Amino acid sequence: MNFPADLKYTDKDEWARVDAPGSVAWIGITAHAVEQLSDLVFLDLPEVGKDIQQGEVFGEIESVKAVADLYAPVTGEVLERNDALIEDLSILKSDPYGKGWMLKIRMEKVSEQDGLLSPAAYQKSVNDRSAGH
Amino acid sequence: MATTVLKPLHLELKARMVEFAGFEMPVMYSDISTEHNAVRTAAGVFDLSHMGRVRFRCPKALALVQRLQTYDAENLELGRVRYAMLLTLEGTVLDDILIYREKDGFLFVINAGNREADLEVIRREAAALGAEVVDDSDRLAMVAVQGPKAADVIKLLGLEAVLALKYYTCMDVESRYGTLTVSRTGYTGEDGFEFIVPAEHARDLFVAAMEAGKDFGVRPCGLGCRDTLRLEAGMPLYGHEMDRNVNPFEAGLDYALRSKAKYIGSEAISRMAASPPVRKTVALFVDGPIIPRQGSEILAGDTVVGVVCSGTRSPTLGRNIATARIDAQVLAAGTPLKVRTRRHEGAATLTQLPFYSRKRSKPVGAERTP
Repeated sequence: MNFPADLKYTDKDEWARVDAPGSVAWIGITAHAVEQLSDLVFLDLPEVGKDIQQGEVFGEIESVKAVADLYAPVTGEVLERNDALIEDLSILKSDPYGKGWMLKIRMEKVSEQDGLLSPAAYQKSVNDRSAGH
Repeated sequence: MATTVLKPLHLELKARMVEFAGFEMPVMYSDISTEHNAVRTAAGVFDLSHMGRVRFRCPKALALVQRLQTYDAENLELGRVRYAMLLTLEGTVLDDILIYREKDGFLFVINAGNREADLEVIRREAAALGAEVVDDSDRLAMVAVQGPKAADVIKLLGLEAVLALKYYTCMDVESRYGTLTVSRTGYTGEDGFEFIVPAEHARDLFVAAMEAGKDFGVRPCGLGCRDTLRLEAGMPLYGHEMDRNVNPFEAGLDYALRSKAKYIGSEAISRMAASPPVRKTVALFVDGPIIPRQGSEILAGDTVVGVVCSGTRSPTLGRNIATARIDAQVLAAGTPLKVRTRRHEGAATLTQLPFYSRKRSKPVGAERTP
């Protein structure tokens, strides 16, 4: 599965693309998460101006099968929300790391990104979780 | 966790496996809406081997079967299949089943999650009557072919004989898959067939049905779409529309009470029948983007007046549907209702089951030569 090299990941299947100064992050969910959820029907994201906290729930995504919480990979203020994605969840399937971004965040702590997973570490996390199947 | 004999095939077909009723089962092979639509427009092949199959073949079979369930088995003609229930002494639902009248006796098809509980009661009652019971659940497997193209698939399988079956009838046929008990039944709202097949032939039958149907767009189908299909069709699921805390009247399933014999729970049922139920099970359309789920609260104003039994986004209708158990007085008053799911609320509109019914261009079983 495709986990782009320029992104950082969480073990709860979110990604973050942090700009060079470490001031802004685009966040979303991985292709693995999209595949696991299947049949997406609803995405609930916070309004612009809200603060989100690393490791805490910032929204939810619902499929026919189940509801999943979304966990913030970084802490900061919501600068932009991808309303086009809320309108058309099929974008998550076609382009989860591009047009499928969810929020643009003004990062509070530059150092937070160091605690996120590399693509290889995330891949291992996915493999470990599916090993029991 | 238990598995069915078809698990290796599911894995080869890249199914996503989940735990259901103590069994490791395929929830989907592709995605729920694709499989759902395949059954509505073509056909799907399902593994139902997790369900229990119990046979009653001894001379005391009729007496035992009458004691156990709510359909009048004495007047159940050979080759008929009927919906019935096993009840508790208190008249609540222990399980819902299909009862088959076979040449040599009766067959129950029971829910996977209730196999142990049912068999405990069945064996206890059998012992009391000196009757015999055969649990065929592991010796036999079960495969369903469901959808408007199901009959075409069956023809290509070389099982034309079973096209003579009318809806809710069954027959045994000898085939390259061993002795099959085939019924024209299903849990999808479409025409279809359910095959009880010797476990060693289940794989061949499943694969052959997919092969026969490949030009029609037949797909292997998991429990995910089985649930959306059955809910659209208004068919109840044990643990949702009914359970041991619900009686058949509250569940809206009292049409299954067809026996005048003394069965377990019949005295309680007679008492209940004398007064209207305080809760009723109804069908709802629910506004908003959120899918109502089992346990979502039904509100009249700020007061909780009921609970959702089952809910989904109907793939066929493109809107949220649910069944719910609601205070009968509130229903009678016609109070506007809302459904609260997590922190979201959506207006609910009462409707009638089923949410979906197929167009019947000709009666099922019309293939039979007059």
